[in-house]
Amino acid sequence: MRTFEYVRPLDVPDALAAHAGDTATAYLAGGTTQLDLMKDGVLEPARLVDITRLPMRGIFTEGTALRVGALTTMEELAADPTVERRLPLVREALLLGASVQLRNMATIGGNLLQRTRCRYFRDPGVAACNKRAPGSGCAAVTGPARMHAILGVSERCIALHASDVAVALVALDAVVHVEGPEGDRSVPLTEFYVEAGTRPEVEHTLGHGELITAVEIPRLPETTRSGYLKVRDRVSYEFALTSAAVALDIENGMIRDARIGLGGVGSKPWRAAAAEEVLRDAPPGPAVFREAAEAAVTGAWTVPGTEFKVELAKRTLVRQLTTVSEVAP
Amino acid sequence: MTFTPEVPPAAPDSHPGVAGTTTAFTVNGTPRSVAADTRVTLLDALRDLLALTGTKKGCDQGACGACTVHVDGRRVLACLTLLAQCEGREVTTIEGLSRDGRPHPMQEAFVRHDGFQCGYCTPGQIMSAVALLREDRARTDKDIREFMSGNLCRCAAYPNIVAAIRDVAQRGGVDADL
Ligand SMILES: Cc1cc2nc3c(=O)[nH]c(=O)nc-3n(C[C@H](O)[C@H](O)[C@H](O)COP(=O)(O)OP(=O)(O)OC[C@H]3O[C@@H](n4cnc5c(N)ncnc54)[C@H](O)[C@@H]3O)c2cc1C
Ligand code: SF4
Ligand code: FES
Ligand code: FES
Repeated sequence: MRTFEYVRPLDVPDALAAHAGDTATAYLAGGTTQLDLMKDGVLEPARLVDITRLPMRGIFTEGTALRVGALTTMEELAADPTVERRLPLVREALLLGASVQLRNMATIGGNLLQRTRCRYFRDPGVAACNKRAPGSGCAAVTGPARMHAILGVSERCIALHASDVAVALVALDAVVHVEGPEGDRSVPLTEFYVEAGTRPEVEHTLGHGELITAVEIPRLPETTRSGYLKVRDRVSYEFALTSAAVALDIENGMIRDARIGLGGVGSKPWRAAAAEEVLRDAPPGPAVFREAAEAAVTGAWTVPGTEFKVELAKRTLVRQLTTVSEVAP
Repeated sequence: MTFTPEVPPAAPDSHPGVAGTTTAFTVNGTPRSVAADTRVTLLDALRDLLALTGTKKGCDQGACGACTVHVDGRRVLACLTLLAQCEGREVTTIEGLSRDGRPHPMQEAFVRHDGFQCGYCTPGQIMSAVALLREDRARTDKDIREFMSGNLCRCAAYPNIVAAIRDVAQRGGVDADL
């Protein structure tokens, strides 16, 4: 690891000033992505701004939404009584991620900004990685790939955004609150991320040096049922092969509203709007679930190692729609 | 024991003009002040600068749980925590578990149930297990397995680890006088 200067500001203005948009400066929250990638030599900041002492912690009710401070840990958010009662898909997505130790460290802001687990990205010994070294090619498209994305990808990069909770949050239309040198702004999570496209090194619309201060999560109506299903290679402590965050509002035998996020498949946490469209105002049942699943994976682009994800993602979504709607499969 | 921490020399590929930091924190109830290069993790500080080698380094990448310690009462990974981030914090390691010269009930249960083979993962397993009980998550074997999944054991002593934890939980938890 290269040496770096370490600073620990106590308030947001000091943190913004300490960062100052300098390309060689990075924020440090729980450190579970940042330090990990510094040990691998993927990130080499000259200065780390430790933001863990900033007053950006805690969960507050604001109207029909929860405002979650960016430094709130994954464990803290999962334990919140409102999240437990009204946002089961968020709680399940959090508790199915990483391990308790990591969830005690990892913050919500950091989780949204976690970097891909693509093993070529994480190994500076691999020359071809457009995300790490723009223009160098993509080792995953030509070499063995498995834990990679199939939606919103391009032949330049098939890296997966591996967050679980972001999949639930994108389905809920969560909003990211940002503070920067120019003042505050808020961005819907559905517009926060950028698909791989032609510049895979660009992953989101946060300016370098801007801080995420909070995430606002709209609460679901009382009548909505929701949950998160994660399919993986081992039963615990593993990233998703595929996952589905589903929220359904069913009234008089008809789906009034559907929210669907898919994990394990997207270059960004994937909102399956086309699948939601199929479900809206339809009666819940196997045929319509299958149709929604087909719509969800339209446009998938695969390499030999990721072909299996198309069918697995469909089955994952059908299974979770069945569970949440409580219709007979 | 008096111990004078050494500041490791800067690496040849250093960014220029970078100094170390001094971190004042509490380790197992004792106030400590450690001067070190900014890169030093809590794990390396414990093992190499404070001679507390009970905490183990497995992967050094947040994947195995061997380095599990408590910071302000919560279980975390010392390998992904910078020493500098511990300013003002209370750290508890495996060396800090015993009371009045007696092993902690969880340590005794691991011995009783043979909850290890090589023992390398054991300090991390025990630190995690003590936190697990405090979190009130040892209600079923399934829960024990799920909420201990961040601690890998290459010797696969898992059944005996679960038995040890279940035993302590059934005897009334870690605060009971066993
Ligand atoms: C072994 C392992 C297993 C894992 N398994 C899972 C899993 O199953 N599911 C899952 O979802 N995740 C998983 N993760 C990822 C983990 O959830 C993330 O690493 C974590 O959420 C990142 O949060 P952090 O606070 O540690 O961020 P950091 O590592 O501190 O920061 C991450 C990035 O965000 C930036 N940043 C952080 N906070 C802010 C802010 N407020 N404003 C602006 N920039 C900020 C940092 O500069 C950095 O670039 C796993 C990680 C590991 C190591
Ligand atoms: S998939 Fe993306 S991150 Fe992985 S090697 Fe290709 S360009 Fe790099
Ligand atoms: S050494 Fe820290 S998790 Fe493996
Ligand atoms: S006892 Fe050997 S690794 Fe667990």
